[in-house]
Amino acid sequence: MTDIKAEIDVLPGLDSSARLLEVEDLRVEFRTPAGVARAINGVNLHLDPGETLAILGESGCGKSVTAQAIMGILDSPPGFITGGAIRYRGVDLLKLPEEQRRKVRANHIAMIFQDALSALNPVFSVGFQLGELFRVHRGMSRQDAKRRAIELLDMVKIPAARQRINDYPHQFSGGMRQRVMIAMALALDPKVLIADEPTTALDVTVQAQIMNLLAELQRERNMGLILITHDMGVVADVADRISVMYAGKVVEEAPVLDIYARPAHPYTKALLESIPRLDLKGQKLNVIKGLPPNLTRIPAGCPFNPRCAYTRDVCRADPPPPQYDVAPGRTARCHFWTEVAGNEPAVS
Amino acid sequence: MFRYFVRRVLQGVLTFFGATFIVYALMFANQTDPLQALAGERPLPDNVRQALTERYHLDDPFIVQYGHYMRGLLTGDFGVSLTNRKISEMMSQAWPVTIRLAVLAMIIAVMISVTAGIISGIRRGGPFDTVTLVITLILLALPIVVLAPLAQLLFGIQLKWFPATAGADPGLFQLILPAAVLASLVIATEIRVTRASVAENLRADYVRTARAKGLSKRRVIGIHVLRNSLIPVVTLIGLDLGNLMAGAIVTEGVFNIPGVGFNLFRGIRTEDGPLVVGFVSILVIVFIVVNLVVDLLYAVLDPRIRYE
Amino acid sequence: MSNVESVTQAETPAAATAPNGGDGGAEKPRSLASDAWRDLRRNWIFWVAAVLVVLVVVMAAFPGLFTSADPSFCQLSRQHAGPSGSAIFGYDFQGCDVYARTIYGARNSVAIGLLATLMSGAISLVIGMAAGYFGGWVDALLARGIDIVLGIPTLLAAIVLARRLSDSEDSGFLPVVLTLGVLTWTTGARIMRSSVIAAKSQDYVAAARMLGAGHARLMFRHILPNAAAPFVVVLTILLGANIATEATLTFLGVGLRGDEISWGIDISQASQFVREAPAPLVWPALFLAATVLAFIMLGDAIRDAFDPRLR
Ligand SMILES: Nc1ncnc2c1ncn2[C@@H]1O[C@H](COP(=O)(O)OP(=O)(O)OP(=O)(O)O)[C@@H](O)[C@H]1O
Ligand code: SF4
Ligand SMILES: [Mg+2]
Repeated sequence: MTDIKAEIDVLPGLDSSARLLEVEDLRVEFRTPAGVARAINGVNLHLDPGETLAILGESGCGKSVTAQAIMGILDSPPGFITGGAIRYRGVDLLKLPEEQRRKVRANHIAMIFQDALSALNPVFSVGFQLGELFRVHRGMSRQDAKRRAIELLDMVKIPAARQRINDYPHQFSGGMRQRVMIAMALALDPKVLIADEPTTALDVTVQAQIMNLLAELQRERNMGLILITHDMGVVADVADRISVMYAGKVVEEAPVLDIYARPAHPYTKALLESIPRLDLKGQKLNVIKGLPPNLTRIPAGCPFNPRCAYTRDVCRADPPPPQYDVAPGRTARCHFWTEVAGNEPAVS
Repeated sequence: MFRYFVRRVLQGVLTFFGATFIVYALMFANQTDPLQALAGERPLPDNVRQALTERYHLDDPFIVQYGHYMRGLLTGDFGVSLTNRKISEMMSQAWPVTIRLAVLAMIIAVMISVTAGIISGIRRGGPFDTVTLVITLILLALPIVVLAPLAQLLFGIQLKWFPATAGADPGLFQLILPAAVLASLVIATEIRVTRASVAENLRADYVRTARAKGLSKRRVIGIHVLRNSLIPVVTLIGLDLGNLMAGAIVTEGVFNIPGVGFNLFRGIRTEDGPLVVGFVSILVIVFIVVNLVVDLLYAVLDPRIRYE
Repeated sequence: MSNVESVTQAETPAAATAPNGGDGGAEKPRSLASDAWRDLRRNWIFWVAAVLVVLVVVMAAFPGLFTSADPSFCQLSRQHAGPSGSAIFGYDFQGCDVYARTIYGARNSVAIGLLATLMSGAISLVIGMAAGYFGGWVDALLARGIDIVLGIPTLLAAIVLARRLSDSEDSGFLPVVLTLGVLTWTTGARIMRSSVIAAKSQDYVAAARMLGAGHARLMFRHILPNAAAPFVVVLTILLGANIATEATLTFLGVGLRGDEISWGIDISQASQFVREAPAPLVWPALFLAATVLAFIMLGDAIRDAFDPRLR
């Protein structure tokens, strides 16, 4: 299979020694009648094979938009990529012609969406929607494609795959539907998988099953996984590294254990303090005060300054804090990271 | 599916009886001299009066009259016109012509409106969309009584592109102009519904998934979006049939096409009550049946209903 | 013709959801009505429609402003005579002034359209509110009733009904109004029903009910204002549709008749002599089309302003 694939889509300039995925200074804005919303303002990310990178952040901070920009499926208009680079094995995807960009999707980089019920087409059977990938990208016959689709359903452990292949999305339970989504994303054996809140729409018990399945499949295939989530508990279990986003920037990036032990950005710290903890049961949660900024009017200086407990004058003036190197493989965008990281997380 | 099917059929039956009852009641209930009403202003000879009284069981209570009328409808006995022709016979001569006309009109309408609706839906706010919006508005505002005679005047009489009137057994060419007139009755709504449906589906999450699968834009729109967008359009085509039938009365009258509408047109103008009642009853039945079929077709197209 | 009507039918879902307001991140909640009005003011379609509507209504109310000729003064000697200074559209088959007849023809169309729409609106208000507010078996029963009326193509029923209602003496005015009023309420009733259901589930209505507001008070103070926008849209479009249907009924010979001055009658007459004289057909046809267009455009513009989904 691998060699067929290599034959079909040789990307010019593909360099197997280059980083699997590298996002550099990505900028995205939405031009709407209400003004220009700067959703992504210089995001840097990187990912290696077999690695899991978690992206965390409040609603609206730009997690999904980042994912869509990497996939090349931003709604445009209103969304426009205004700067930066997205390199896959050394190839800048933003410079590829659309036809080649299209072939990167599903073949090299694939994505799982949050709500499988609306993300699957309601009027086609799951067999059709899975088989379509093989027919379009591999030129397979209907029959072969269907055979492969059944294999995929088996792979994601859907019982009686052969009987269910002609069923429609609404006939599956939520968990099973998300398995179908996973099967669809992994059909062409991509090297990078982006999962945008893959379990948010599911029951707690089903969430764990889906996460386990994802982790297992990732291990088998040595894929790079970008996991977008709100669930700090899940992050601690499966992620290797974490990028915390705020107002369209990565404000802190660190290996997972370091970040839990010693956050270097006030926002990360506040996020961690807002997790309900068993040992502190009964105490009031520390919810982050205030609201994220309006993306059409991001405050000058550090975007977090109106909500930050460490704010000083320098935070309110441009330039915004640069990306400070906290430790090897660790960065934070805070002028006072030493102070923040020095304190133990406040447990009051 | 089965439950949906049974429910729709039962509803259809109910509608059928309700609608025919209303039509019948409109014609006969509480009339001092229903026969004179049937005959309009013509004098009514005694023998005709006699025959009509028997025919409509006017000596019986109203509900019994309706029962007889229904039995007639269900057994294909639609009565006799004032000119003493069997309505079922007139029907069987007129149907083929009208069906030809309606099918031609539908083909024209669907081809134009689906194409224009899709383009407008994709390029909302663009020049094509704006022009289409204006055209649909104008089409909506042109009642058939304006459209049919004006089209005949312009394209038939002045420009002479098409025959101004169709003959006794009109061929496809004679029917093009009247079919286009009929089509323009429904094109505007069909364009608008297609456009709205395409626009809505383009925003659906599954479109993003389809793009994430690396499908070409063509395939995303041509297969994923289109298949979803056409579901409401198909339902609309069923409803539009009622418009087409009503429009056919005027159109066939103006263009002299010997179809169902023409017979009805003449029946109304010559105040031939029995003919009007017979033809209207049949058209109402056809309308109800077609809508039932379309509803069932809807279930075939939309699996969410099929496997309810 | 009822083609106009099915637009409203086909697009009701959009209109029905309108009162629930905008989608997505509405940042500062503005009132829907003021938002809609701001949108409306910027829409050229709205202005064209409004000007046309005002013009037609003035024409119907004061035809004397537009012509000093007598529309019922006809002389066969002037049959199909061409345009002249006094009769700018020429004369028709019976030698009547086409311009004067066209101006005076507005009155019947507008009057019938208005009255029929008011009647239809009243019926749909009562039926739709009852179905939506009481729900349950009332709703089920009324829904079947709506199905049945929808099962009869409007024009076909109108043909039968208008004939049935008129006795040959009168002008046919009242029968046409009644016919249209009785047959065209279904769309409005559906809109009203879904608006009421949507409004009913909103918190403030539940709160008002808990505070002991009675049925009538709930309806008129809390629910009705919310349902108003889509309802007005449907009625405006229906007004245009009714005018068109009236002309069609008249054209077929079951509407206005006799000495009445009406676009339908003129079109019907002139279409028989269209080969000899097109003008008596073309002018009333254009006026009729412009009038229908005006009302439909007005309804369309209002709907677009109140329906934020397609912005
Ligand atoms: N299609 C769009 N049009 C206009 N603005 C958009 C669009 N998509 C996203 N945005 C804006 O971009 C910002 C980031 O959105 P994004 O969906 O990435 O948030 P998120 O971090 O994924 O949040 P959530 O946790 O709620 O999924 C939001 O403020 C949103 O308003
Ligand atoms: S830069 Fe200043 S405002 Fe921003 S996070 Fe650091 S301390 Fe807070
Ligand atoms: Mg998101």
